[in-house]
Amino acid sequence: MPLTIVLWSVAALLGAGGLAAALAGRRIDATRLVYGLCFGICLTIFAAAVMPRGAAALTVALPMGIPWVGAHFRLDVLSAFFLAIVNLAGAAASFYAIGYGAHEKHPSRILPFFPVFLAGMNLVALADDAFSFLVAWEFMSLSSWALVLAHHEDAENRRAAFIYLVMASFGALSLLLGFGLLAGASGEYSFASIRAAQHEPWKAGLVLGLALLGAGSKAGLAPVHIWLPLAHPAAPSHVSALMSGAMTKVAVYGFIRIVFDLLGPPAFWWGIGPMTLGAATAALGILFATIQSDLKKLLAYSTIENIGVIFIALGLALAFKANGMALPAALAFTAALFHAFNHSLFKSILFFGAGAVLTGAGERDIERLGGLIHRMPQTAFVMLGAAMAISALPPFNGFVSEWMIFQAILLSPSLPQWSLKLVVPAVGATLALSAALTAGCFVRAYGVAFLGRARSEAAAAAREVDPWSRSAMSFLLALCLLAGVLPSYMIDTISPAARLFVGGRMPAQEEIPWLSIAPIAESRSSYNGLLLAVFIAASAALAAWLVHVLASRKMRRGPAWDCGFPEQSPATQYTASSFSQPVRRALGDIVFVAREHLDMPAPGDTRPARFGLEIRDRLFDGFYMPVSRGVGYIADFLNRAHYLTIQGYLGLVFAALVLLLLVVAIWQ
Amino acid sequence: MAMILEIAAQGAQMGLVLALSPLLVGLTRKAKARLLRRRGPSLFQPYRDLLRLLRKETVLAENASWLFRSAPYLIFAATWVAAALIPTFATGLMFSWSGDLIAIAALLGSARFFLALAGMDVGTSFGGIGSSRETMFASFAEPATIMIVFTVSLIAGSTQLSEIAASTLSHYELRVSFGLALIALAIVAIAENGRIPVDNPATHLELTMVHEAMVLEYSGRHLAMIELASALKLLLYLSMIACIFAPWGMAPAGAGARALGLGALAYVAKMAVGGFLLAFFEISTAKMRVFRVPDFLGAALMLGLLGTLLLFVSRSL
Repeated sequence: MPLTIVLWSVAALLGAGGLAAALAGRRIDATRLVYGLCFGICLTIFAAAVMPRGAAALTVALPMGIPWVGAHFRLDVLSAFFLAIVNLAGAAASFYAIGYGAHEKHPSRILPFFPVFLAGMNLVALADDAFSFLVAWEFMSLSSWALVLAHHEDAENRRAAFIYLVMASFGALSLLLGFGLLAGASGEYSFASIRAAQHEPWKAGLVLGLALLGAGSKAGLAPVHIWLPLAHPAAPSHVSALMSGAMTKVAVYGFIRIVFDLLGPPAFWWGIGPMTLGAATAALGILFATIQSDLKKLLAYSTIENIGVIFIALGLALAFKANGMALPAALAFTAALFHAFNHSLFKSILFFGAGAVLTGAGERDIERLGGLIHRMPQTAFVMLGAAMAISALPPFNGFVSEWMIFQAILLSPSLPQWSLKLVVPAVGATLALSAALTAGCFVRAYGVAFLGRARSEAAAAAREVDPWSRSAMSFLLALCLLAGVLPSYMIDTISPAARLFVGGRMPAQEEIPWLSIAPIAESRSSYNGLLLAVFIAASAALAAWLVHVLASRKMRRGPAWDCGFPEQSPATQYTASSFSQPVRRALGDIVFVAREHLDMPAPGDTRPARFGLEIRDRLFDGFYMPVSRGVGYIADFLNRAHYLTIQGYLGLVFAALVLLLLVVAIWQ
Repeated sequence: MAMILEIAAQGAQMGLVLALSPLLVGLTRKAKARLLRRRGPSLFQPYRDLLRLLRKETVLAENASWLFRSAPYLIFAATWVAAALIPTFATGLMFSWSGDLIAIAALLGSARFFLALAGMDVGTSFGGIGSSRETMFASFAEPATIMIVFTVSLIAGSTQLSEIAASTLSHYELRVSFGLALIALAIVAIAENGRIPVDNPATHLELTMVHEAMVLEYSGRHLAMIELASALKLLLYLSMIACIFAPWGMAPAGAGARALGLGALAYVAKMAVGGFLLAFFEISTAKMRVFRVPDFLGAALMLGLLGTLLLFVSRSL
């Protein structure tokens, strides 16, 4: 029953896309209609996904796709969990867009693709054969590509869309090859037969690599993350939120489905790849985020960081699972899924907030914002909560999932393999470093954009956004807090999936008194978000009350003291790039090259001094540029080969023939 | 009845840390002054300072937002809750299982998050410089803290401070990784509390300061809360070091009044020793340049990582 509801809803989403295309150019208010429809449908799918049902998976085969094979769909606990993530984010984005979408100049470039994008993500989570999976994957990629290209007047967006298309094709090709290997010589494309088959170790390793490349490129795993910080900010903000909050999670789903489900029992070294790549991704993503001044680009880089965190946890789960340590494996796996859920919540809020800032102040460069807390109080409040949540500060949800990952790392000295014993502590240190940098990154982003004094006319004249957008953000923030103070319910929701995929489950958390969580045992570690939240609130209230009763209540407003030299111009404030300078100097050289130029005129010269900052991405310069140049070189060569004389062509054919005969002779 | 006793013990612990923290600040100041052959202010001067600040009128910058006004209370509350989670004179107190060492680190992180934001709220250059530097220090100090937590909890088999203290008490042995963690934690404590050589709590010279630059715009009761919170933080770090590395004299869970009293005495003695050692360290070193602090904290990070690695490869080190 739930599967039928979901499939009909997906069909309805596709219908909504068609309707939007048909309505383009009519005078009807298509924006509200389409987003309203999407909101309703997403809520329906969400309800169907969380609907209680037996542990058995539901399957259905539809007579579509390849003849005589059909399209298979399946709803199991993992699909249901990711359907819930996607549709919660989808519903919030649609609701937000009912208000935000009204500012769109060309709604017909977005409206038809938005529902299709949602439908594609849902279908990926449902697909039960390789063909449907890839078709759904391409639906998701292409519709989001169209959305990235929505504002194609901007040359930068066109470039982003181009790179996105190239990388998406590359990722899909990797997955295609991976599924080809999995299907084997008999060509059994359905997941059920892949699952039943035995896979040789070399083949399984190859598929793992291809899954890391294919699903990893969509998720934003380094080094194939390069398109993400370009494409995610280019789309309209509610689509950015979906791409960062939901689509990367669908990619994580793809990885889990292939590696944890289809590939069979893991070898111990499987975990090393996801773990090291995840750690590198986390550190690199957050370092790049720390130096961005474009708010949406900063958020996109922070998504890369969070994907790294999720992959670290998945790698740990693989390592534990391979060694038959069911409980730690369940802990790491649960932490990965929990973090995926959390990230979809707070990253959606942050992108919605960036969109609100964009409408309210017309700027997304934080260097030209400032003081928005006075002009957009509600958005500022919600963004503060989301910034706390993503910085993993208690009592919000981000802390719980990172805490669980740390707990899983603390269990890993008992892993028997030496390679893992050496890799895991290093990964743990990198994770701790990126967690600390995240807090700094969001202090900077929030402090420069929302606090202080307005740095531009536009920021000084900013207005609060519409109530639809505000309520979507507030609702998600409430969920962040709820998941942070009542994590036991989330853990118990995930535990059937953990049992299915890593063969173990954490102790039932609901039975622990006072709503605490204790992943292993209470004597080992426990955390109670609710109590901490109540406790903080109570002591802050008590302190405020006592101070107001006992102390002087006199208060006066005056000019800022500023060490006795108050300066009126807002330009004297610390800027975003000056704020990140210490971290850039201390850590930056690892992943990027930052060059500062100072043009200081001689004394007596009245020309202003100029400070310039140039940042180059080592990975882009060292890997992508040579590859791109190499492709260009080969293309040039082939282009010249098109215009040979007839003698030249005959000579070429002769040379090829000689070469072939040589090869055959040596082969024999 | 047992419940009431537990609540009373927990309340006593929270009251004790609150009451003792200004005294600790007074003690380090006095010790420093005496070591420098000055007389120094009275031990109780910090209390007088707090009372004076509370009685004064609060001056708010025109541009200050609600965040600026609520931050002192939030910073204080987060620090106080973190301090409440640390066993001081007795282990196994009521709230101790609602958060472990990682949660304590994160609570202090929340306090710093608000402090750094408050520094940027008025929109002055000094506030920004303080926040920016504080953030940089934190990006080294926090991973170092986590590595220390890893080391300590791998030895004790738990991240709960009460369990760690009990484990140290029950089988105390000299371990390489334990020593590394102690040095690393001392470095982190010095940096986090803005003591010499990282920051100078006694100056008001703009360019040498981090903590002071962030709170420059605060006055009156807000400043009192911030000062109290920073005194609490100093006490918290000393208590944490005492609890992990020198848990002697602590009353076990459910102990009688006599054991609790002895535990409290031992705790006060430990804090006095800690304050004196801090003062001694501070007068024997000079403040370092801001860009040398990452090296200083990097050493703590490396020591912590080394301690963890040793435990990963061998349980006995």
